[in-house]
Amino acid sequence: MNSPLVVLNDVSFQYESQETPALSHISMEVYEGEWLAIVGHNGSGKSTLARLLNGLQFPKEGTITVAGITLSEESIWDIRRQIGMVFQNPDNQFVGTTVQDDVAFGLENNGVAVKIMNERVVDALKKVNMDSFLDQEPHHLSGGQKQRVAIAGVLALRPSIIILDEATSMLDPMGRGEVIETIMSLQKEEKITVISITHDLEEASKANRIIVMNQGEIYREGTPEEIFEMDEELVKLGLDIPFPVKISKKLREKGISLDRHYLTEEELVAELWTSHSKM
Amino acid sequence: MDISLKNVEYRYSADTPFERLAIKDVSIDIPSGSYLAIIGHTGSGKSTVLQHLNALLKPTKGAVVIGSREIKAGRKEKKLKGIREKVGIVFQFPEHQLFEETVEKDICFGPMNFGVSETEAKRRARDAIKQVGLSESILEKSPFDLSGGQMRRVAIAGVLAMEPECIVLDEPTAGLDPRGRKEIMDLFYTLHKERGLATVLVTHSMEDAARYADEIVIMHKGTVLKKGKPLEIFSNPEELLAHGLDVPEVLRFQMKVEKAFNTKFNKTCLTEDELTDVMADFLTGRLPR
Repeated sequence: MNSPLVVLNDVSFQYESQETPALSHISMEVYEGEWLAIVGHNGSGKSTLARLLNGLQFPKEGTITVAGITLSEESIWDIRRQIGMVFQNPDNQFVGTTVQDDVAFGLENNGVAVKIMNERVVDALKKVNMDSFLDQEPHHLSGGQKQRVAIAGVLALRPSIIILDEATSMLDPMGRGEVIETIMSLQKEEKITVISITHDLEEASKANRIIVMNQGEIYREGTPEEIFEMDEELVKLGLDIPFPVKISKKLREKGISLDRHYLTEEELVAELWTSHSKM
Repeated sequence: MDISLKNVEYRYSADTPFERLAIKDVSIDIPSGSYLAIIGHTGSGKSTVLQHLNALLKPTKGAVVIGSREIKAGRKEKKLKGIREKVGIVFQFPEHQLFEETVEKDICFGPMNFGVSETEAKRRARDAIKQVGLSESILEKSPFDLSGGQMRRVAIAGVLAMEPECIVLDEPTAGLDPRGRKEIMDLFYTLHKERGLATVLVTHSMEDAARYADEIVIMHKGTVLKKGKPLEIFSNPEELLAHGLDVPEVLRFQMKVEKAFNTKFNKTCLTEDELTDVMADFLTGRLPR
């Protein structure tokens, strides 16, 4: 793994109106270039964690370091330059009247020269495959398309980290697929560090690493394979088991030998074919 | 109370330069006590159909029959309150509509608006809060001090307290974690079974439609593409896929396995158990290849 880009050291946080802390004693690292999925039930603290990372909230205890800068009231703007955030609701984060205006919004706020701005807008929209929609108005776009534009708006600012806070949870299956594919290509081709906060385990299974949150604490950390070995424990935490894992399990119970739980349908079908087709 | 849409067409901003045809020639029957799922992409017209079910929108052509009332295109309709009392709609993210100081007041708002006495409304609030799986002690709290999942339940209780004969759910589980999703879906299924509450579920989830509904309507580009029982709908998955629609993941996986083994199982599987049974029989040679 590369060097840590984000370091959380013993971070705790409590909302004023709440009786219990939203996060307690979180220590974790995010490495450069990785896709980290943070999963957990509603209220597990995962969104609070995202809000702390770019200074929408400040920790009550502990420190957060992003790219070597320690987060504080003074350094917050430097940190926000490093981190781009995409939120849940596609309709709440479309500020422009057209696709290109929307992507340009952040650049304008940062006083980027028009010429550079135009290049960056087109460049960012190409990366999310929305460059043929420059002059479209938001109400002509699907949810998935709007979220891709939101991602482009973040990319245009050239952050080193993108945080997706349940960015696919309001989309239909097709939109969800589009956004997940976009994230995959950004991480692979643009080497952007991705943190996705989600309770969609199909989405999490595509990440490099998963952190499972439960009641404000880190419950488990590992690769998707390791996390999905947790099996029924995930269900107890309010989560679910990915579909191919469920099927692998049931097949085993019904006497079909499989050497492990498979994370993708393709792997499972391939395994069944190789070991069972010539019986 | 039966509801039926008869050749309904709806145009937004009719007779203006912004006119847009949203649905056309839509006919759907929702018999009393049934469970119907309406599926379709964003923009397929599902939400427009939904708003006809309690006369929030009136058809620009055709008619909607709700119980003994007929809402016909081109006619001025009055006194629609009675319809709205009988057909309760739970909109997407219904917790955004909570507004009162206490949960009890919020739940009572609907019934009292329809002329129910305060005592009766309070009785209904106690009843409804239990139906959604929360304790009565929550009635005294401010809805804004509750968790997201609890707020959604309170909002649903507000609709149930109107004691509707039909409940319409627009993506009721959006944004909930897997456990919350299952709890909410089971809750509505129990209400449907135990109280005979007619239920209309508008969803993207082919899985939920297959699991809970008696009948499924598939909307595509403003028209009804298909309607029937879940097994009928999914017995021809290729047709759905050709229209860019999804099929339940169990069935999608069945198709992958069939393709890999160059075979066709003799049944359409909609649950994990059905599929793994058929696969186990096939793989161990109990089923002819």
